[in-house]
Amino acid sequence: MKEIYLDNNATTKVDEAVFEEMRPYFCELYGNPSSMHFFGGQVQSKVNEARGRVAELLGASPDEIIFTACGTESDNAAIRSALEVFPDRRHIITSRVEHPAVLTQCRNLRQKGYRVTEIGVDGAGRLDLEELKTAIDDDTAIVSLMWANNETGVIFPVEEAAKIAKSKGALFHSDAVQAIGKIPINMAASHIDMLSLSGHKLHAPKGIGVLYLRKGTPFRPLLVGGHQEKSRRAGTENAAAIIALGKACQLAGQHMEAENTVVKAMRDRLQDALMSAIPHARINGGGAERLPNTTSIAFEFVEGEAILLLLSEFGICASSGSACTSGSLEPSHVLRAMGVPFTCAHGSIRFSLSRYTTEAEIDTVIRELPPIIARLRQMSPFGREHLQGKA
Amino acid sequence: MWDYTPIVKDHFLNPRNVGEIPNADAIGEVGSLACGDALKLYLKLDDNKDKIVDAKFQTFGCASAIASSSALTEMVKGKTLDEALAVSNQDIADFLGGLPEEKMHCSVMGQEALEVAIFKYRGIEMPQHDSEHDHGPAYPDYEGEIVCKCFGITDAFLKKVIETNSLTTAEQVTNFTKAGGACGGCIPKIKDLIAQVLGEAAAQTRVRPEKLSNMKKMQLIQEVLERDIRPLLWADGGDLELIDIDGAKVQVAFRKACAGCASSGNTARMVEAKLRDLVAEDIVVEEVSA
Repeated sequence: MKEIYLDNNATTKVDEAVFEEMRPYFCELYGNPSSMHFFGGQVQSKVNEARGRVAELLGASPDEIIFTACGTESDNAAIRSALEVFPDRRHIITSRVEHPAVLTQCRNLRQKGYRVTEIGVDGAGRLDLEELKTAIDDDTAIVSLMWANNETGVIFPVEEAAKIAKSKGALFHSDAVQAIGKIPINMAASHIDMLSLSGHKLHAPKGIGVLYLRKGTPFRPLLVGGHQEKSRRAGTENAAAIIALGKACQLAGQHMEAENTVVKAMRDRLQDALMSAIPHARINGGGAERLPNTTSIAFEFVEGEAILLLLSEFGICASSGSACTSGSLEPSHVLRAMGVPFTCAHGSIRFSLSRYTTEAEIDTVIRELPPIIARLRQMSPFGREHLQGKA
Repeated sequence: MWDYTPIVKDHFLNPRNVGEIPNADAIGEVGSLACGDALKLYLKLDDNKDKIVDAKFQTFGCASAIASSSALTEMVKGKTLDEALAVSNQDIADFLGGLPEEKMHCSVMGQEALEVAIFKYRGIEMPQHDSEHDHGPAYPDYEGEIVCKCFGITDAFLKKVIETNSLTTAEQVTNFTKAGGACGGCIPKIKDLIAQVLGEAAAQTRVRPEKLSNMKKMQLIQEVLERDIRPLLWADGGDLELIDIDGAKVQVAFRKACAGCASSGNTARMVEAKLRDLVAEDIVVEEVSA
């Protein structure tokens, strides 16, 4: 069965050109970029080229790019660093809908005595900037807010938030893992101090991330014990993956326009068709500015895991904000923070497209999903009076 | 992706007996929309009102909830009410070739719906409790005090599931009932309930022998440690190991959460009291760091 892969916010296919770019750096050009000999040196120059390509996509300068192992490491490093450079500041601000890479860390820090404020969102998943203005004070070491939400695609006003953070002398970090490569970003004109990026979300392999660190921002490394990345991240460079990420960023820049036109049009067609074919459904974050590739739709009276497994029978890969898929028992913290009613939080499905998505694949989903929802609703003890004659 | 057996997949993709029975003799309803799964079970009895001749279900939930409901209806058809009451949640899981442990609560939901249906049909009182839980009780027909407010689960229900499935950790209880799976606020209470159930089980066999040979005493000490003491420690994520027995002196080393725990001194005294109670009065427990 050929897969119809609409789960690109989870991970993406490695672009063939990206794979070709990294391929020689395993068995042939395997030198350590830090070595003095020519054999390491030629890897070093490719790593530098990659650093330049990443910087270009971000509108940054190459020495502001620190390669890490993943987005989670970048998030951890940013927050830890801020607390170390401001030992007298004991307050952290984040949002209730952050990725666990940020949220879990903040909650662990709360256990260690830090004050943590989690800013809320409205029903459409939009950040409450007024709440941020009220929460921030001279004790705030860092404000960490995601650029775009992984589940709903809702985009946060991070530039505005960064200005508010700077006004109190706090550092501002953004987990931009879902945004990079999907919407244009220009750090040269930004107030953001630190930014996290993950390779496997933009057609590079897993196991490579970036922490953008604005020039002049005080920093303490998470990993020590080597001079790599100007002693800001010790550990032998994952040269092949770095080179792959460089290529992936170059390609992302080239595809940016298509992402916001072609991909977005397919996303819109998908959600419009599903919304008109299926009663008692709602788009999570539909009223907010969103990433062009993401849509999260809540179907009342049915449960997400059952939907996903029936979709999977047709090769369709999506994901769910439902409890049952994750092994946790409550629906996603993002949907709950948005106040999505329990009646449909359990039945939320996320489709996330990419430049590889085809119109024919979208057609298949539009054809197969409505009968799946109808079938599960037929089986459900709920909503019968609402749905009579409809689904 | 969950590792579902082919039988689970089959009962999910081709569920048996979906629907309502218009004039059902017995109906059992458990779960709610808010909880994420719910089951309404319909039973039709023969003319003698003893044997189940038809069973149907409506389920809102994940694949394993649907498969468990389907399996349940297949299992009870043809059974008398008494035979049906003997069906345990483990029987449902076994019928399906097993369920992932995190999904055992689906089989519990099935067994519970069956019990509620039959008890209600027989007019057995299952008084409603009154509480201020967040979104409705998962098992409204089960008496007791609400322990897990997120999922509306009572102590009586939890004790029953702990006992029938011989659960020893809070994590297992969450997998079987969902209790403690959301905010986690009730996990200490769940641990207390496990300790209570284990304690009650131990109490039933509490007889201290009159006189013991050395060999018998050593055997009995080991037995008590295994049966009465270690399960209590497991409930708190701890453990102990028997290092040596020298006459009345019993040397133990604490492991896992008990190792280095500030209150391990108290735990050692608890072990000593238990051994004195069940083996011999002169036992002294010594903690060693082997």
